[in-house]
Amino acid sequence: MFENLSERLERSFKILKGQGTITEINVAETLKDIRRALLDADVNFKTAKTFTETVKDEALGQNVLTAVKPQQMMVKIVHDELTKLMGGSSTDINLDGKPAVILIAGLQGSGKTTFTGKLANLLKSKRSKNPLLVAGDVYRPAAINQLQVLGEQIGVPVYTEEGSKDPVKIAKDAIKQAKQNGNDLVIVDTAGRLAVDEEMMKEITAIKNAVKPHEILFVVDSMTGQDAVNTAKEFNDRLDFDGVVLTKLDGDTRGGAALSIRSVVNKPIKFVGTGEKMDALDVFHPNRMADRILGMGDIVSLVERAQEQFDAEEAQKLQKKIAKNQFSFNDFLSQIQQIKKMGSLKDLAGMIPGMGKAIKDMDFDDDAFKEVEAIIYSMTPDERENPAILNGSRRKRIAAGSGSSIQEVNRLIKQFEDTRKVMKMMGKGKNLSKMMANLPMGGR
Amino acid sequence: MGLFGSFSRDKKERLDQGLSKTKESVLKKLTRVVVGKSKVDDDVLDELEEVLITSDVGVDTTLKIIERIEKRVAKDKFINASELDKILKEEITALLAENALNSSADFEIPQQSKPYVIMVVGVNGVGKTTTIGKLAHKFKSSGKKVVLGAGDTFRAAAIDQLEIWAQRVDVPLIKQKMGSDPASVAYDALSSAKATDADVVIIDTAGRLHNKINLMNELTKIKNVMQKVVPDAPHEILLVLDGSTGQNAFEQAKQFTLATEVNALAITKLDGTAKGGVVIGVSDQFKVPVKYIGIGEGMDDLQPFNREAFVDSLFGN
Repeated sequence: MFENLSERLERSFKILKGQGTITEINVAETLKDIRRALLDADVNFKTAKTFTETVKDEALGQNVLTAVKPQQMMVKIVHDELTKLMGGSSTDINLDGKPAVILIAGLQGSGKTTFTGKLANLLKSKRSKNPLLVAGDVYRPAAINQLQVLGEQIGVPVYTEEGSKDPVKIAKDAIKQAKQNGNDLVIVDTAGRLAVDEEMMKEITAIKNAVKPHEILFVVDSMTGQDAVNTAKEFNDRLDFDGVVLTKLDGDTRGGAALSIRSVVNKPIKFVGTGEKMDALDVFHPNRMADRILGMGDIVSLVERAQEQFDAEEAQKLQKKIAKNQFSFNDFLSQIQQIKKMGSLKDLAGMIPGMGKAIKDMDFDDDAFKEVEAIIYSMTPDERENPAILNGSRRKRIAAGSGSSIQEVNRLIKQFEDTRKVMKMMGKGKNLSKMMANLPMGGR
Repeated sequence: MGLFGSFSRDKKERLDQGLSKTKESVLKKLTRVVVGKSKVDDDVLDELEEVLITSDVGVDTTLKIIERIEKRVAKDKFINASELDKILKEEITALLAENALNSSADFEIPQQSKPYVIMVVGVNGVGKTTTIGKLAHKFKSSGKKVVLGAGDTFRAAAIDQLEIWAQRVDVPLIKQKMGSDPASVAYDALSSAKATDADVVIIDTAGRLHNKINLMNELTKIKNVMQKVVPDAPHEILLVLDGSTGQNAFEQAKQFTLATEVNALAITKLDGTAKGGVVIGVSDQFKVPVKYIGIGEGMDDLQPFNREAFVDSLFGN
């Protein structure tokens, strides 16, 4: 995410290195680079212009402070401005209705239906809501089926009207049904529409007027170009929406749309979609995103993701085992699985401060664990618990069973033993990163 | 109109209509740039930069165009601002010319490959399935026997979506159930096409972000499995790009090309966006020709890309 932007900014800042103060002259080149980096990241032209001017004013105003290096000061200024531009702090959604009604709107292919499923899943599991989804996209072939399949996956009912071409009526009827069935949340999915399509824009206005939603969310593909702000503006003029959802952020988009939309329509970004699975939805944190853009990493998100996947009880058991030097291949395996659950290795590594640039060209192979797993799975339960019994003939059998070479088996066992030693020395099994460093990943 | 070759008047009108917002924007912006100016000076060039960048042409290509115009201005001191429109048009056409297919003919397929296999790839939500529906319709109307393969076995209801298109266009669809192996679906589709002596097979694939290595590798597997049935398949790997995508379109083109030897591009959703500039940028930066453009939701709203017609539409001639 945003790799290119952070990199470019890093390079911009390097130009300032070794210079004592920020002056109009030495800042000009840097600002030009920042502006170009922003444009390359699809930040709106005007937003980029205003942004660089603000940064310049800030920078020149502060040049009396000689205690910090100019490039550090620039990083701070750019970081602060980025955070400000994206909206300061994260904003919650309004769920105060009985039922609370959320209307989803956006262009074709922006990811509305997937987001509708994810949002229902999130509010159901984290806020104990009892949602009803409404299939309001009566145009795109199989859009209704898509929502039904998702509803089934997450165990949430979906309201549909077979053969109906009237989304306004469907939405109204759905709310009636929600009241009868005691659903305290109704999420209305709608068809993708172009802002220039007058008829379709009238339709969504009619849906809004009919159901009086408590929250209207505008869904936008984070890869959208310069047109993102125009589209957002036109939807906002019609619907006066409450928040923005940025989808497909698990791509390598630089996501400039995130920067400009907020500044142009003055509405907060509330959620970001980070994958195709139903739990791949995050709350948007402007300051973390700014950190990330600047390559300062996103350690908070990393910790949160780790916490979600980490079972405290398991961890305690593991700690005891490590203390007694009983850490086995089974534990090793479950560690690998926990790491895998946290997401792709590159995403995880990218969250570690300072790693963004270092890993840019590294080809992280999420299959890297597969070999390791295959080898461990080819061991008998006894061998997994007591690695000491792994003699030559056993190793040969494991190699054959897992489709790897005997050298690979030897290497894994050696790495395992090293890990065990390190763990024993530390006495406590808290340090995940040390373990990760010892794991045979990446590099193919 | 003589320039357009195979472009019929009806199609030209559709393209004009589809691109009307694009056209208005570029024209409006250009007019604003040159109003009250008698000569192309730095201010005009700055404004021109803005016009091009806000049309998603991309920073590199924009700078290239500006540089070319600067050179022309330096050479011919008398260029006045009202000529800028013409020069810009020439320069953009030239950029497209360096790379584009020579006015790609109407939905024709090479004789020697039967069945002609098209694999359609792209990131999520760019309009792959819709493009396949439209393509099937075009091939079918030109008298070809078409088979579709529902290779997006991942996204909820993607198979149903293609099925509705298959019914609409009235062509057979080869499918398995959701979650099945897309390579196996492709195998079935190709076998069926061979058995029924079909002319064209179009294989849908699940949307995938280009930075997901495993998913990109899956495309290679699908390709390899296809070759068990038709040794030189797929003949065409069509990468679908969303016309409203910004600079990431370049990264998509790059990564998909690396992973699967993409040899044709389709750019969708060119109606309604103020842009279309991405066509220029992608054509400039990539040696893969733009073959089709999507300009609306109707069955007929897919056209072979014709650079003169496109540039003319862009500038409103």
